[in-house]
Formats: sequence, C-alpha cells, structure tokens
Amino acid sequence: MIRVVLPAHLRALARVEGEVSVQVIGPVTQRSVLDALEARYPVLRGTIRDHATGQRRAFVRFFACERDLSHEPPDMPLPHAVAIGADPYLVVGAMAGG
Amino acid sequence: MSRVRVLVGTRKGAFVLTSDGQRQHWDVSGPHFGGWEIYHITGSPADPARLYASQSTGWFGQLIQRSDDGGATWQAVGNEFSYDGVPGTHQWYDGTPHPWEFARVWHLEPSLTDPDVVYAGVEDAALFGTVDGGHTWQELSGLRDHDSGSSWQPGAGGMCLHTIVQHPTNPGRMFVAISAAGVFRTDDAAKTWWPANHGLRSEQIPDPTAEVGHCVHRLAMHPSRPDVLFMQKHWDVMRTDDAGESWHEISGDLPTDFGFVIDVHAHEPDTIYVIPITSDSEHYPLEGKLQVYRSRTGGHHWEPLTSGLPQRDCYVNVLRDAMAVDSLDPCGVYFGTTGGQVYASADAGNTWAAIVRDLPSVLSVEAQTLP
Repeated sequence: MIRVVLPAHLRALARVEGEVSVQVIGPVTQRSVLDALEARYPVLRGTIRDHATGQRRAFVRFFACERDLSHEPPDMPLPHAVAIGADPYLVVGAMAGG
Repeated sequence: MSRVRVLVGTRKGAFVLTSDGQRQHWDVSGPHFGGWEIYHITGSPADPARLYASQSTGWFGQLIQRSDDGGATWQAVGNEFSYDGVPGTHQWYDGTPHPWEFARVWHLEPSLTDPDVVYAGVEDAALFGTVDGGHTWQELSGLRDHDSGSSWQPGAGGMCLHTIVQHPTNPGRMFVAISAAGVFRTDDAAKTWWPANHGLRSEQIPDPTAEVGHCVHRLAMHPSRPDVLFMQKHWDVMRTDDAGESWHEISGDLPTDFGFVIDVHAHEPDTIYVIPITSDSEHYPLEGKLQVYRSRTGGHHWEPLTSGLPQRDCYVNVLRDAMAVDSLDPCGVYFGTTGGQVYASADAGNTWAAIVRDLPSVLSVEAQTLP
C-alpha cells in the first residue's frame, strides 16, 4: 500500500483523518498514485490536478523522502521507500496567502 | 409561523443564520467549509431545503457543495467546468488576446421551478448549467460565442459573470451581467444572446456608449414587473422599462452613484435599495457613515437609512452579491460587509441591527423565507 499525506483541506473534503493508503497496480508513479487516490476519493478530482489538463495545480506541491517532486515527470517511478510503504507521498498546499 | 434563513458566503467559509418571522433573534451556524472562499451560497426557489454553495481556493480550485436538508449536511457534487469546444481568447488587461481560463464560480442561480436545474456564472466569464442537481455542468456557450466575446476585458476583480436574472414566467428569457462587458439578454433559453447596454454611459472606456465594455456591478428585478430592471453600474444607478432595450439613469439625488449592490423590495416594485460607496478608488462609505439609500419612486429620489448603522469610522465595503430581501411583510432587507458584519432590517430598511459581527469578509448574502 502507498501511504499518502493530504493537506487539511483535502482531508476534510475526503472525510479522512491522518494518512490514507491506496493500492497501486503496476509502476508506482505520481500519476498512478494520484489516479488511485482520486479513484478512492472522487471528491478530490480537480483539487490536486486540473480536470482538463491533468497538470498539477499551481499551488500544490508533491514531496517524498525529503525531496520536492513537483516538477518531476508524472510517470517517473517514485522512490523505493514510497513504493514499499516505508515513506509517505505528501500532497502539500504551497505556502502562500493568508 | 414563517421563518427566515440567511445564507452568508465569506472569504473563509459559509454561515447559515436563522430566525423566526420576528427576525429579532438569530442563530448562527458555521463556518461550513471553513477556510474556503464561498463566493455564493443560495437556495432553490422550488425547494428551499435544496442549497448550493460555490466553494473555492487558489490552492485546490473549485468545488460545488449541495445540501438537501437546508444546510444541515452537505455533499460535494460535480466540479468540472470545461469550456465548450476550443475556448479561444478574450482581451487581457493590456489589450492582448488571452486564453479563456476557468477560475471560479461567482454566482449560482437555481431554476425557479426545478431544484435540479442551476445556472452558474463563472470567471472567466461564461454561463454554465446543470440539470442533474450539480453532478455535471455544461457550458451554455451561446453567450461566449457572441461576436463581441473576443473583445471582452476583465474588470479589476477579474472577468466574471456575476449576475443571472431569470424571467419569472418566460423560461426562454434571461439576463446576465459581466464585468466588464455589460448586460446580455437571451430570449431562446441561452442559445443566442444580444448586448442589452443601450443607454449606458461609461467614461472609463474609449467609447463611452459602446455596445459592450461596461462594468455592470449588479442587476435586480421584481417578479411582478419583469420588463423593469434596476442596475448598479460601476458609476450610475440605471433603470430599464423595456427589458433591457434601453437604460436611463436614476441616480438622482444620491450622494455618490458608485456602488455594488442593488435590490428591490419584495412587495413594492418601485422601492429599491443601494449602498453608495465613495468612489472606484475609495471602496468605503462616504465620510465613514454606513448608509443604505432607499427610493420609493423607482429611482431619482432617495432617502438615507441610517438607524442602527454605524455613522462614524466605518470603512467597510458591501460587495455586489451581498444584499438580499426576504418576502415577509414587512419586507426584511439584509446585507453583509467586508468587515464581517451582517446587518438586517425587519421593517423594510427603517431600522437596522447587526445579526452577527466579526465574520470573515462577506462575499454574498441570500435570504430564504420558509414556511
């Protein structure tokens, strides 16, 4: 299982507390993890990635293993520690605004 | 005994205020969707228990929330607002072509007869509709396909479709208002539209009497007289008596005719309310005195209503969607401020009191009269 940490607003939307876990069949990439996340929690569709383009929303960042993966290709494999569930994949609301 | 439910959208959540018909004591529920901008929350005229809310942030985009029990519980419904076909371009602030990009839903207008049918006015300006209670949304692209569409430009607040007025008996007729394009009318259920701006004069655009380009802030209609509409424009309070064929100014003796809101008394179609704001560069009341102005003559002659409103050191604004009336007798009038107060009058504006203070900045106010 892939562990995913969501920001507070998205946890509230998905009506979950703490980390969530998703099952990914095949390569563990940002795209496959987010696809699985949205399949399990349809309310999150459009909140992390744009509906039409599938692109990351501008003020959303993706971190894992103390790295910023926001600009990495969506089909690049995630770190092994994420793929085996040792480390979480973090969806983060960028620091901006008030 | 009748009750009133006031729906308040703010910069950081929604609030539901309820009272009995006396409208003296209010219960405050919220924040709902705390931390999110609620540009608009409103109820269906056909089923007052059915509510819709536009929920958004710059981080996580747009959601639409729906309640089937008067706001006790909510469920997120569809949030995909895709422009029809190739979106094309409109004019950017610097006059260059700019692709149409969805930003947010400014205004939700439920059908007068079917709670599952809702129109949505969005930024960048377009009209969307749902016929399944918000699960799916389709652009009614005849509006944006108007020949003038590529020339529309945003106002300072973005290029938003902020006002939707439905004809009470003719389902084919509807008015919308866009900042800063102006008013458009359809007579064929949103298939085709024509600019309904004749008579408007805006010195801030190159051709002050242009067919489009006017910064209309708000429209209001009384359902008993659907050919008469009132308008708060950027500057000027205007009126049409022929369903938008022509407009004439009714600012009359207002101390300033800049403002955002305008509304009509529920039982007196010639009684209208505005809240004058100092100017387009000073978005607060004149001399720090918060005053509602009422005309009982359909315009021209206005009286200040000040009882219960702060008359010193008040520098809030009242945004375009933040005034509403109920349908009790006497008519209740409500408005919310950028300072987080919601004021109510249970006597058609003669006296006012704050229902609630210190909310986040208020974006919208709607009133529902319940059995």
